[in-house]
Amino acid sequence: MSGERGPGLADPDGFYAALMAAHEGLSEAESAALNARIVLLLADAAGDEAAIAAIARARATAPQEKAGR
Amino acid sequence: MPRYAYRPFPYRKAPELSGSGRGEAAVAIVGAGPVGLTLAIDLALHGVPSVVLDDNDVVSIGSRAICWAKRSLEIFDRLGIGEKLVEKGVTWKIGRLHHRDREVYSFDLLPEPGHKMPAFINLQQYYVEEYLVARAGEFPDLIDLRWKNRVSDVKPGRGGVELSVATPDGPYRLHADWVVACDGSRSTVRAALGLDFAGRVFEERFLICDVEMEAEFPSERWFWFEPPFHAGQSALLHKQPDNIYRIDLQLGWDTDPEAEKAPERVIPRIQAMVGERPFEIDWVSVYTFQCRRMERFVHGRVLFAGDSAHVVSPFGARGGNGGIQDADNLAWKLALVLAGEAPESLIETYDDERIPAADENILNSSRSTAFMTPKSPMEATFRKAVLELAGTEPFARRLINSGRLSTAHHYRATGLSGEDALLPGEAPLAAPGAPPVDAPLGAGSGFLSERLGGGFRALWLGDPRHASNRFECECAEAGLKALAATSPEARRRYGAEKGPAVYLFRPDQHVAARWPEAAFSAARARAALTRASGRAG
Repeated sequence: MSGERGPGLADPDGFYAALMAAHEGLSEAESAALNARIVLLLADAAGDEAAIAAIARARATAPQEKAGR
Repeated sequence: MPRYAYRPFPYRKAPELSGSGRGEAAVAIVGAGPVGLTLAIDLALHGVPSVVLDDNDVVSIGSRAICWAKRSLEIFDRLGIGEKLVEKGVTWKIGRLHHRDREVYSFDLLPEPGHKMPAFINLQQYYVEEYLVARAGEFPDLIDLRWKNRVSDVKPGRGGVELSVATPDGPYRLHADWVVACDGSRSTVRAALGLDFAGRVFEERFLICDVEMEAEFPSERWFWFEPPFHAGQSALLHKQPDNIYRIDLQLGWDTDPEAEKAPERVIPRIQAMVGERPFEIDWVSVYTFQCRRMERFVHGRVLFAGDSAHVVSPFGARGGNGGIQDADNLAWKLALVLAGEAPESLIETYDDERIPAADENILNSSRSTAFMTPKSPMEATFRKAVLELAGTEPFARRLINSGRLSTAHHYRATGLSGEDALLPGEAPLAAPGAPPVDAPLGAGSGFLSERLGGGFRALWLGDPRHASNRFECECAEAGLKALAATSPEARRRYGAEKGPAVYLFRPDQHVAARWPEAAFSAARARAALTRASGRAG
């Protein structure tokens, strides 16, 4: 798909299901900690450039409430 | 345009009750819904007679299954009603996703031309059943359609099944060589045999409503996450013929389904969605999401097809379409076995092929349901992140799941597939086990899907300048009907761009085997035919 910036997910539904399953039964604090570990591991998989760019892209996608839409 | 007129089909006293019936049937089909009728017509096209027993005498009340997928339309076309359905139905291929008050993105389900049938049509189940009943009536010697004939007991025996049937004129017994239960999710046949229907019920309910109104909405599938008119929930709008719109509204688990069906509850919800325009409610139902299937669909001489064998949550159009593919898979196998041209074990491949198909439908449907109904704050957080990223990050759009719409199942692990002699990786979507990929044949000969028919067929694909009569000679020697396709689309879709290729198709039009032309011979075709009809042992 045009506009993709990484190697991409061949099976997006499979990834999403695995991610949700990993959080099942965790407290909010445990989920937040799991997310932190996942982000760090994905940064390692993505490499410096892509990981730094991801931070900027995530910050640019402001939640709708704050953007006043 | 008047609303659909439900006309009862004529009840007739069963011949068994007036002394003229034989009390026997080669195939008894329980349930005259889309699946049972499809099966009866397909069997009739193979020359196999059937008795169809239905406890009611009208078509489906309410639109129920409305989205008919391309593969189902191709199957209906083979049965002779595909064009009639497309003409009446609302053709669509664009889906639009909304989050709150903004459109997130749209998708096209059939981005390439060169297919006879559209990606989807919307058509109320009652029309599909009406057209199927009319088509079944064109086989008076082969299809014995018995309304108000309720199966009250099922006794499997040696070499067949004894059915007890209740009618307004009293009960009778019918011995069937084979029984196919197409009697829906509350199957009486399944209950009579005491068989399990295991699975998962999701704690989610949707209000499903047919609304009649004059509106200018386009022929697209519109889905909303957290729409402004239905805070915090999901909604779907789909156009049907006769100015009927399907509206699905998520209710949540804490609601009382009976109370939600009351007009004073339904009308304000619809008004919030469609605004000031006048409308009338045609049909309302409340639907609990569930995914279940039987452990096996083949139980001796009793077979299960459609919702009796498996049910899925909606929003993928995988219930009705999955059932039509069940019938498509089963009809030719029953016909070969009844004709003595295949061993009875061929029927077991119905399980081998349709159970993975049901599992694929259940997997997709479960994932869609999970995305629509986050069950923890963290799931809600992730879904919100996906929806917010999707506006600017294309990858995130593919994570949004408002239903993964039905596509035909590829029978990857089936024992019926023969040789795949093309180069590895060539046209993987057309490898043995695959559903047919439609394409123009070339030279004004129409489409592949309408010429494959309902028997074994060999197809030559290549540049017309390279056509030789060797292919036809080998086919004749193997007793195979031969077809040729020369269009660039067909050659591309079947991996025959570099050199000509030959495909063997099964009677349900799935690919049985394929070769580069040079490797094709009558002997190899015969070996593939033997395997595809379950005679390979």
